[in-house]
Amino acid sequence: MADPTAVQNDGTGNSRGSGAITPTMVSTGKRRRRSGRRIRESNVDRVFMLGVYLLLSTFLAVVLIPLLHILASSFSSPNAVSSGRVTLWPVEFSIRGYEVALSNSQVITGFANSLFYTSVGTFISVSLTVAIAYPLSRRDFVGGGIITRIIVFTMLFAGGVIPTYLVVQSLGMLDTRWAMILPQAVGVWQVIIARTYLRHSIPEELFEAAEIDGASDLRVLWSVVLPLAKPMLAVIALMYAIYQWNSYFDALLYLKSDDLYPLQLVLRNILILNTEGGTDTTTMMERRQLADLLKYSLIVISTVPVLLIYPFIARHFTKGATMGAIKG
Amino acid sequence: MASGAPVTPRIDVGTTSEPLRPNGHRSSRSVAIRKIRRHWQLYLLALAPLVYFLIFKYVPMVNGVIAFKDYNVVDGIWGSPWVGLDNFQSFVENPAFWRIVRNTFILSAYVVIAAFPIPIILALALNEVRHRLFKRTVQMVTFAPYFISTVIVVSMTILFLSPRIGLASDALGLFGIGSIDFLGNPDYFRHIYVWSDVWQTAGYSAVIYMAALAAIDPSLYEAAKVDGASRIQKIIHVDLPGIMPTAAILLILGVGNIMAIGFEKAFLLQNPLNLSHSEIIPTYVYKTGLLNADFSLAAAVGLFNSVINLVLLVAVNFIAKRVSGHGLW
Repeated sequence: MADPTAVQNDGTGNSRGSGAITPTMVSTGKRRRRSGRRIRESNVDRVFMLGVYLLLSTFLAVVLIPLLHILASSFSSPNAVSSGRVTLWPVEFSIRGYEVALSNSQVITGFANSLFYTSVGTFISVSLTVAIAYPLSRRDFVGGGIITRIIVFTMLFAGGVIPTYLVVQSLGMLDTRWAMILPQAVGVWQVIIARTYLRHSIPEELFEAAEIDGASDLRVLWSVVLPLAKPMLAVIALMYAIYQWNSYFDALLYLKSDDLYPLQLVLRNILILNTEGGTDTTTMMERRQLADLLKYSLIVISTVPVLLIYPFIARHFTKGATMGAIKG
Repeated sequence: MASGAPVTPRIDVGTTSEPLRPNGHRSSRSVAIRKIRRHWQLYLLALAPLVYFLIFKYVPMVNGVIAFKDYNVVDGIWGSPWVGLDNFQSFVENPAFWRIVRNTFILSAYVVIAAFPIPIILALALNEVRHRLFKRTVQMVTFAPYFISTVIVVSMTILFLSPRIGLASDALGLFGIGSIDFLGNPDYFRHIYVWSDVWQTAGYSAVIYMAALAAIDPSLYEAAKVDGASRIQKIIHVDLPGIMPTAAILLILGVGNIMAIGFEKAFLLQNPLNLSHSEIIPTYVYKTGLLNADFSLAAAVGLFNSVINLVLLVAVNFIAKRVSGHGLW
């Protein structure tokens, strides 16, 4: 179980959302717990454990404090935020920030667009990934080795941003929804995961039996392979979905009309370029305070969908944990 | 990559044709053809993804020739005049050249070095904890930032470090230090970039090490216990050697990708004040190519970066194979 797959997973940072798949996060170390009941601990060990708890509490605090600060600020009054009076608890509780954020038409359009790109994009991505991974997983697929090489090579060497832009341009996809979905549709890493999973989780005899029964390869895929591959499908779908939801680079490159912008690009314009959408407030002072507050509420609004499905993802990761652990 | 190396039982698709085997079986070529014919549906299925790779991955590689041309829209990629290495020359002779290459290199190297030990420490510490709820909580919380988008992480960083309303200046105030404009000062750029990255990914990487730790043979721990090893000794003599292969591969991959630093975050953290440290090759390519419409020059810079990275990857893989016997492919 010295999973080599799991490892590359992270390192190939150039591939998208690369491999959040290994996580045996929930199941780690169970084995040891049973045998690890100690009779007595030496003083050295006790001091050491104190250090461990301190260290982990520090880690916890470092991650949590910024998140709590954002949450607290988002529920504070515009004035409290602007004067920097909020630390970890809302000051002068108000939901003004959320009212402004949710009445911003750019944000709403962006949200809808992102939902569209994420759902349609994920569907297309998963379909294409399975369409190549399934044949590659079959041992009697002649030419599979060469095809794998052709695909994996694109991980090592890429044409680059500008040459890819020219392709998208020549296909007439600039400033269309397709540009957000097709150019990054298939991830090499996801193909490898899917192929490895299918190869190891579906017994060869199943194909032989299906063949004897006269089932075609497509039929086998639909009624045998896919039902068996649900945990893997869930994991790669989540990887694609999170990549789509979080990306802004393709939108920056290919889109011009703001009614096509995904949420992340809208957020970038408001949060980082400070071009807040038209608010109906009167004074400059109030405008500026609201602009500050709006940022915090927007961060919360856009992050909540992802963090809401996070426990659900974790559950799937434990199911799919063996995937990364199987040797390629 | 390594896992990409096909482990397919190799059916030779011809080329080395041996017409008839001694035992009278059909040649491998005709077996192959028969298999292809029987599984035509598999090839049909593979067609769409292969077309995808052709159009969006291989055509751009061919389009890369504009790096050697003076591309203009009217003549197109193939009609534009060849200029040889002029684009590369003008990049290298650009006064900004060394600064950009240096920024790219230092930033990625800093990321690799800083992001390496922290997940290991986190995983080792988590592995010691018996208290289940605490362990789960730390794991879940530290993993969560991995799912937050770059745009949000960057804007959180900017808000956090803002001299006017940020929490950081409040904290500095406690020590009697006045507020600092972190993002306006180029000297801070790299630290901000790297440590916000560590903040975002440490929990995720720790999970990989946790998996490696869980895979260590339990009998080693039994033996350590019998020998009366303390926790620290157990970590040094069992845990660390156990995760060494994982750590080595992650480090190698990091080094191999050292020029492949992402565009997204650096671009978002950039502002006119910190540009002297924050301009890296990917952001430069974007600005030259799409904002200034100098496609050929931008393609040349991009190609320059891709080639250096490919060479680095191949070299690192070669060294890793020599030293440890384990390569990536």
